Amino acid sequence: MLNSTAVQPNMYRYDEFDRKFVGERVEQFAYQVERRLKGELTEDQFKPLRLMNGLYLQLHAYMLRIAVPYGTLSSRQVRKLAHIARTYDKNFGHFTTRTNMQFNWIRLIDVPAIQRELASVEMHCIQTSGNCVRNTTADQFAGATDEEIEDPRPLAEIIRQWSSLHPEFVFLARKFKIAVGACKKDRAAMQWHDMAVQVVKNQEGRTGYLVMAGGGMGRTPYIAHVMKEFVEREDILAYLEAVLRVYNQDSRRDNIHKQRIKILINTIGPEEMRRRVEREFQELKKMGTLTLPKAELDRIAAYFAPPAFETGLPDTIPDAGPDFANWVKTNVNRHKAPGYAIATITLKTPGQVPGDATAEQMEAIADIMDEFSVGEVRVTHEQNLVLPHVRKKDLPAIHARLKALDFAAPNAGLITDIIACPGLDYCDLANARSIPIAQKIAKRFENLDRQHEIGELKIKISGCINACGHHHAGHIGILGVDKKGVEFYQLLLGGSGAEDSAIGTIMGPGFGEHEIADAVERVVGLYLKERKDGERFLDTYRRIGMEPFKNVAYQEQLYAAYTG
Amino acid sequence: MPLIRVEGGKARIATDSFVAVADDAALPEGAVTVSLARFQKERDQLLARNTPIGVKLQSSENPELLGDDVNRLSLVVLEFPKFRDGRAFSWARMLRTRLGFTGEIRAVGDFLYDQVNYQRRVGFSAWEVREHFTVEMFERAFHEMTNVYQPSTDGRKTIRELRAER
Repeated sequence: MLNSTAVQPNMYRYDEFDRKFVGERVEQFAYQVERRLKGELTEDQFKPLRLMNGLYLQLHAYMLRIAVPYGTLSSRQVRKLAHIARTYDKNFGHFTTRTNMQFNWIRLIDVPAIQRELASVEMHCIQTSGNCVRNTTADQFAGATDEEIEDPRPLAEIIRQWSSLHPEFVFLARKFKIAVGACKKDRAAMQWHDMAVQVVKNQEGRTGYLVMAGGGMGRTPYIAHVMKEFVEREDILAYLEAVLRVYNQDSRRDNIHKQRIKILINTIGPEEMRRRVEREFQELKKMGTLTLPKAELDRIAAYFAPPAFETGLPDTIPDAGPDFANWVKTNVNRHKAPGYAIATITLKTPGQVPGDATAEQMEAIADIMDEFSVGEVRVTHEQNLVLPHVRKKDLPAIHARLKALDFAAPNAGLITDIIACPGLDYCDLANARSIPIAQKIAKRFENLDRQHEIGELKIKISGCINACGHHHAGHIGILGVDKKGVEFYQLLLGGSGAEDSAIGTIMGPGFGEHEIADAVERVVGLYLKERKDGERFLDTYRRIGMEPFKNVAYQEQLYAAYTG
Repeated sequence: MPLIRVEGGKARIATDSFVAVADDAALPEGAVTVSLARFQKERDQLLARNTPIGVKLQSSENPELLGDDVNRLSLVVLEFPKFRDGRAFSWARMLRTRLGFTGEIRAVGDFLYDQVNYQRRVGFSAWEVREHFTVEMFERAFHEMTNVYQPSTDGRKTIRELRAER
C-alpha cells in the first residue's frame, strides 16, 4: 500500500527538549534494568521503577504498556507498534481502557531496545503504571466534533509535560488518572477519574476549566465531585498541582485499598477538600511559577490545528448496500466540517478479543489512516479506534477496507461493543476470566437486526474487583469473582460512564460461567418487553428499577429450587 | 551512618555534627536532633540551649506542626519509612516554600538511588546513606535527566522557560 508516504497529522511534535527528555529517560531505565539483571536491585526495589516505565509482571510474562497520550496516534506510530508486536511479542497488541497499547509477552532484556524504538517515533512508556500521574485521556472526537468548545488535547499535552517526572508526585499513595473533555457529552468517562478537567465558558463567555476530583472504580466506586466550577486558563496547572499536593500530603498510606483520592475526599468531605485545595491554590497562584502564559497555550494549540478541510465536498453519505448502511448507523458520527464524518472502528467483531489487533491489522489501519484520515487515529476508552477526519464520499471505500480486516462490525455502542479487562487469561490479580465471557455474550447477540433492535447498551466486564473492565459503569456490568476455586459472575445494572454517570447496582448472587449469557439475555428480553418509546436499556432500568430484572434473571435458579 | 551533603551544587561526604537523641535519653552537649513530640514538650529548654537544634519528622507529620519555630531550627530530618511513602517530597517542598526554611533538610530511612534527584529538586540538601551509596552515584543521579518540565524549589529553569529563550 502506501507505506512509504506516511501522512503527518496535526498533533504534538517533540522538539529538541522533549526528544532529549524521553531519550534520557530510556537510558535511565536501561541502567535500572541492568542493575536488576546484575542483582543490584531487588525485585521489590525494581518494581516501582519498572512500573513507572510501563513494565508489569503478569501471570505468564512481562507486560509492557505504551502511553498513547490523549489517545492520538499517527500512522507512523501505528506502524511502529505493529513492528514491535511482530518483533518482540506474539504478533498482536491490546488497546486498553486508558487508551494505551499493551504487549503481553515481553522479555525484560528487550525492554530498553523497545523503548528506544518508541522514542524514535515520539512515544514512550513513562508513567503508564505505578503510583503516579498516568496517561491523560481525552474525548476521542476532540478536534472533530461540533459539540465542543475547543479541542481539549492541547491542555492534555500541557498536563502530560507538567506531570512527567514531577518530583513531588512520583511516589503518590496510589495511581492518579486524569481525563479531559470539552463538551457536555462525555465520551471519556470523566466523572470516573481521580481528576477531570472540562473546558467550559463562564457567564461572561470566557473560556476556562471546570475541575472534578474523586471519581474512581475499584472496590469502592465513587462519582467525582466538582472541585471548582471555573478555573481561569492561566491558573489551571496551579489548580491541578494544588489538588495533587493535598492528596499527596493527606491521603492514607496504611491500607492500599483506601489510598485513592476518592477515599480521601469522601472521608473528609468535598467541602473540606475544596477548602484545603483552595489554600494551596491561592499560595501557588501568588508564587506564580505555575502560571501558564497564553503564548504557551497558543503555541501548543497550534500543533493541533484542524487539518485543511476540503471545501465543496458532497455532504451526503453515498449508498453502498445494507451492510454499509448498518455500519453508518452506529459507527459514523457527525463532523464539524461539511462533507466530513467521524468513523469508529470497533475492535469488537463478535468472537474477537476486545481491543486486540494483530501487526497486520495495525499496518492495514495505518494505510487507511494515510489514505483517508490525514494520517491520524484515536484510541477510545471503550477499546475502539476512531478515524477523526474522513470525507463522507470515502466512507464506502473505508468500510470495504475494514471489512477485509474483520474490523467492520456495525456495533459501536451496541450490546456486542463490550469493554473487557484482560482477566485471568493474562492478569495475576484477576479472579475470573473476562475475555471468554465477552466473546460468549457477543456471539449470543451476534444477530445484527437484534442488536440494532436492542439499541444502545453498554456491557462492561471486569475479572476482579479492581474494575479495569469498568463494570461499575456498564449499563450491564459483569464482575468475575472466585468462589472456592470456581469462577462466578455477578451482574450489575444501571451504571453509566457518560454525562449521566452512575454506579451500577449489584443484582445478587453470582451466576456460573455457563449461566451468565443466559441471565444477560433474560435481562435484555425484559427490557424489550417493558421499554417505552425511545427508551434505552438504561432509561428503562431507571424507570422500573432492579426488581423486575432480578425476577427474570434468576428464573432458572428459582425453577431449580422449586423443583428440587 | 555516612552523610552526603550537597554544597555549592556538588555532592560531598560530610561530617554529621548532630547527635540524634531518643525521647527518653538525656540531652548531650552540642547539636542535637529530637522527635517532634520531644520538641513540642521541651521546646523552651531546647531553644534556650543556644546550640543547633534539629527535629526529625515522621512521614505522617506535617512540618506546619512546628509553627513559627521552624526557622529557629538548623535541621529538619524527614523520614522515609518505606521508599514508596512519598509524603516527604511534599513536606520538603513546603518547608522551602510556604515555611521559608533555609536550614538543612535531610533524608533518612528507606530511599533509593532513583529517588535522590527528585529529593534534591524538592529541597533536600543532605542524605543519611547506607554504605553502598557513593558520592559518584549522587552525581550520576543528578545528571541522568538534563532538563525538567515543572518548577520546584530548586529554582531550575523549566523546559517551557528554556523554549521561550530560544
